[in-house]
Amino acid sequence: MATRTLLEAIREALHLELGADERVILLGEDIGREGGVFRVTEGLQACYGRARVMDAPIAEAGIVGMSVGMAIAGLRPVPEIQFMGFLYPAFDQLISHVARMRNRSRGRFTCPLVVRVPYGGGIHPPEHHSESTEAILVHTPGLQVVVPATPYDAKGLLISAIRSPDPVIFLEPKRIYRAVRQDIPEESYTVPIGEARLVREGTDVTLIAWGSMMHTVLQAAESLDADGISLEILDLRTLSPMDVPAIIASVEKTGRAVVVHEAARTAGLGAEIVAQINEKALLSLEAPVERVSGFDTVFPLPQLEKYYLPTPEMIATAVHRVLAF
Amino acid sequence: MFADRYDPLQDEMVSILTPDGCCDETLRPDLDDEQIRTMYRQMLTMRLYDRKAVSMQRQGRFGTYAQMEGQEACMAASTYPLQPRDWLVSSYRETGAMWMHGVPLKLLSLYWMGNEFGSHAPDGVNVLPVSIPVGSHPLHAVGLAYAGKYRQDGSVSVTYFGDGATSEGDVHEAMNLAGVYEAPCVFFCQNNQYAISVPVREQTASPTIAQKALAYGFPGVLVDGNDIMAVYAVMQEAVERARRGGGPSLIEAYTYRLGAHTTADDPTKYRDDDEVEFWRSRDPLLRVQKYLHARGAWSEDWEHELLEACTGEVEQAMNDAEAVPQPPPQDMFRYMFAEPPAALREQEAALLAALQTQQKG
Repeated sequence: MATRTLLEAIREALHLELGADERVILLGEDIGREGGVFRVTEGLQACYGRARVMDAPIAEAGIVGMSVGMAIAGLRPVPEIQFMGFLYPAFDQLISHVARMRNRSRGRFTCPLVVRVPYGGGIHPPEHHSESTEAILVHTPGLQVVVPATPYDAKGLLISAIRSPDPVIFLEPKRIYRAVRQDIPEESYTVPIGEARLVREGTDVTLIAWGSMMHTVLQAAESLDADGISLEILDLRTLSPMDVPAIIASVEKTGRAVVVHEAARTAGLGAEIVAQINEKALLSLEAPVERVSGFDTVFPLPQLEKYYLPTPEMIATAVHRVLAF
Repeated sequence: MFADRYDPLQDEMVSILTPDGCCDETLRPDLDDEQIRTMYRQMLTMRLYDRKAVSMQRQGRFGTYAQMEGQEACMAASTYPLQPRDWLVSSYRETGAMWMHGVPLKLLSLYWMGNEFGSHAPDGVNVLPVSIPVGSHPLHAVGLAYAGKYRQDGSVSVTYFGDGATSEGDVHEAMNLAGVYEAPCVFFCQNNQYAISVPVREQTASPTIAQKALAYGFPGVLVDGNDIMAVYAVMQEAVERARRGGGPSLIEAYTYRLGAHTTADDPTKYRDDDEVEFWRSRDPLLRVQKYLHARGAWSEDWEHELLEACTGEVEQAMNDAEAVPQPPPQDMFRYMFAEPPAALREQEAALLAALQTQQKG
């Protein structure tokens, strides 16, 4: 075991997979000699060479589109898009090709690639560096979408993603890249895609979140614990395919739920989760399911950022509201 | 040789076989009469296929179909230098090229008839499915080429696109990436003068498309796209360069779409008959016929034989495709992932249940 930040855990996963499988190739802007703008890939080019850890021209569609060809040829490309706000130029490649290749060729060609994307707000960056648009990706048939919240999950899920026969969008909560540490195995291990993690068991309210919001939820839990509320906390970890049975099992037990995401509210994933609960656990509900989310606004520049992101207080208020209903 | 001698900035175009069938002996590629006869037969098959496809569409037996009449030389000659290990990544107007590289006409027909299995190239045939979003697929060819270079397997990737596609950002990115990574990739642009209705002069201010290659740091050659000898020679040079590690090339094949953009298009809205007639006189099949005739390698009898044989081949492919039963609805779900997730299985079950209820009702 060794203590790792989330960022170090990701790097370790890349290191192990590059070492274990010559088909694995990393490509992205500044990922080589600089080691990426967040230093996730630091040292990997020195270790595996420029042919396998490729500094790419600034061309997001190109990076993803080229990865499509590499994946079809049997390589395992792991492209990095520097920030989620810069993923949009690659959407045509993702939606029209990555997500469709297996289906449209009836299994003749597949697209096993992992697009790593730091996502989310809270780091006071310039415009376009705080997006959290996972719902668009989840809405796209053919993509798997993974969001780890802990170093252990980051490493195990990334290794699973690289070994998956189908494409994965791997969203990295950059706000907590270095904020969380955990003792994790140094060797290779996997965490299955598609399974939520029951962070803690409780009986009063289910809190559902993922990525960096998981830590805001845990902060909220501290004050709610003090109020004597028994929280059950679910970290989805994979957004597509979503572990709906885990959500339903928890809501059937607690009868109350609050979904927390930093993405915009309307047609965000919270809406899908509420719909699933309504379809499958309506009669278990003691109160309407609440959503705590970002707003239907442009993500603000740093001065207003603190008003956009859900806070522990907002989450606690929502929990009290569903309890009082 | 061609890449050095023909300057795309000066609008210099490689031409070997003239419209009246005369061959420039100084440039004649290594193709004997039998090979030319084979290519003629292939071009004829494409032409007959194309016309049959349009007529099938009119009868409601084919979906919307993108026509290739007039561009047969581009497809027959550009694929001739390829090896089975090479990759072909094309758009929707390259049915002939896909067929040349190993996809049976039956499968190509199946695709246009609306069955995804038409995109399931046979094992060992390195042809990606038709790519409809304009200009999005050359990037895939660059990735395939990079993979070939990485593995040192000697393969080359060829990607086909039209003049209109050169306006798309992804085509720029593809050429730029290919240049940077020295990928063994050949960009084959069929400049057929129109992107649906917009003429090439309104598509780009570059006098030639070939010259764009120079800015990416690799050769660009303008070639008469209705001249099988010139297309073959230029393509062979580009493929060989790529194969021996010399990096990418761009070929602009100057040609003309004699038919409509697709069966849903009306070209009388944007071009006049005189123009079409001029290009009919430059028909790529006609000049090969003249050339072979002058050498005593073509006769009316042979032409009749060919017509009968190729028509039979096309009819057979269409009939075989029509005989393929419609796929079951489960197929929509079956190929989304290696293992369908629970939600997809639920949706599939719901559809099947709904269909059963409808049948009972």
